[in-house]
Amino acid sequence: MNRNGNIYTFVYASVMVVLVAALLSAASIALQPKQKKNTEIEKKQNILASVHIETTAKDAEKVYAEKVIKSYVVDMNGNEVEGDAFLVDLKTEKAKPLSERKLPVFECQTDEGVKYILPLRGAGLWGPIWGYLALNEDMNTIYGANFAHQGETPGLGAEISTPIFEEPFKGKTIFDESGKLVSIIVAKSNEKAPEQHKVDGISGGTITSKGLQQMLADDLNNYQNFLNKKKMKP
Amino acid sequence: MSEREALFSKKNLKLLSDPLNSSNPITVQVLGICSALAVTAQMKPAIVMALSVTAVVALANVIISLLRNTIPNRIRIIVQLVVIAALVILVDQVLKAYVYDVSKQLSVFVGLIITNCILMGRLEAFALGNKPWQSFLDGIGNGAGYGAILIIVGFFRELLGSGSIYGFRVIPESWYITHGGFYANNGMMILPPMALITIGIIIWVQRSRNRKLIEN
Repeated sequence: MNRNGNIYTFVYASVMVVLVAALLSAASIALQPKQKKNTEIEKKQNILASVHIETTAKDAEKVYAEKVIKSYVVDMNGNEVEGDAFLVDLKTEKAKPLSERKLPVFECQTDEGVKYILPLRGAGLWGPIWGYLALNEDMNTIYGANFAHQGETPGLGAEISTPIFEEPFKGKTIFDESGKLVSIIVAKSNEKAPEQHKVDGISGGTITSKGLQQMLADDLNNYQNFLNKKKMKP
Repeated sequence: MSEREALFSKKNLKLLSDPLNSSNPITVQVLGICSALAVTAQMKPAIVMALSVTAVVALANVIISLLRNTIPNRIRIIVQLVVIAALVILVDQVLKAYVYDVSKQLSVFVGLIITNCILMGRLEAFALGNKPWQSFLDGIGNGAGYGAILIIVGFFRELLGSGSIYGFRVIPESWYITHGGFYANNGMMILPPMALITIGIIIWVQRSRNRKLIEN
């Protein structure tokens, strides 16, 4: 057999590719349940981190089941609709028109009362950013925040997922005195903005900071009706 | 009996031990530097990376060595790449399933094992012309040589940069200036430039002990 012939080369390449493809598909299918479980655990850890509950990958599920007492989905009018809040994929929801969007809410029991956790998703500089914002029962004061990103620049935009950036969110308010939603302004320290609505942005991470501000403004706006309703009758 | 002896004959053992010292892929051949700089800020990712590369290079060596008499010469590089890429994807999937936090830390670098020069170098230079068992030893040897340097660099960078070893604190909290002590971590050690300098120092030490390696 001529090992340098065209036919041999062609057949060899084809067979090899088919075999490798089959092998990789099999591995992917076999490992998928475990990988999915890992991302679920990470999500639970992030939700709990927004209310300052530290967990490890091992105890996250148990703590989550204990602390998150209620989770549900609302629509843009603030009415509860059918659906499992934990399984809502914000990426697909964002592609839908606002009236059909499912907005998940998690209620978490902490030492300082019940907190309402809203998931967020927006765009950073290089890719998506997302996070969880925990509100006090007044639906105005922020209790905690947790942010994550796919590929922001390490040392610059990526700093949004560090406590240094997240801690100052605690105690800020998202509504002004007249009840208008102002969300949170992520700004330079010399930028003029009411102190109770402002957190420090990241030097060198301006686009990520602004993306995060936009994410908060957009998503909180979607929840506005829900927040107002809750405020009326807690 | 005679066959078993042949398995670990002197010549075969040299395949294992040479890459640890006189033909080390990082310090002598200067291959695989970029990942050595990137994943050595702490010991845990360095160890996982070392194991991953060792597994991939050993298995790829064996597979290519088994196929060496069938591979069409004109597409041999592509065949090597397909074998490496398939193994790397497998490693990546396994890490994602079983050590998720480490896999997140290594992120893109596991995928970049594909472009690690050590792999292609060993396949092209060794596995294509040698029997599977020798190729396997060569792969383990080179993976270990690569991994040893990674772990040494990771040890010093984590110790001096974060004050811990394999995640365990070794420098007492009370020594730190923030707690009223006299000590501060060296932030430079966490950044890639210090990894390059650390590798440079290792190369220096190695060459001063093994004068044969010094070029004229």
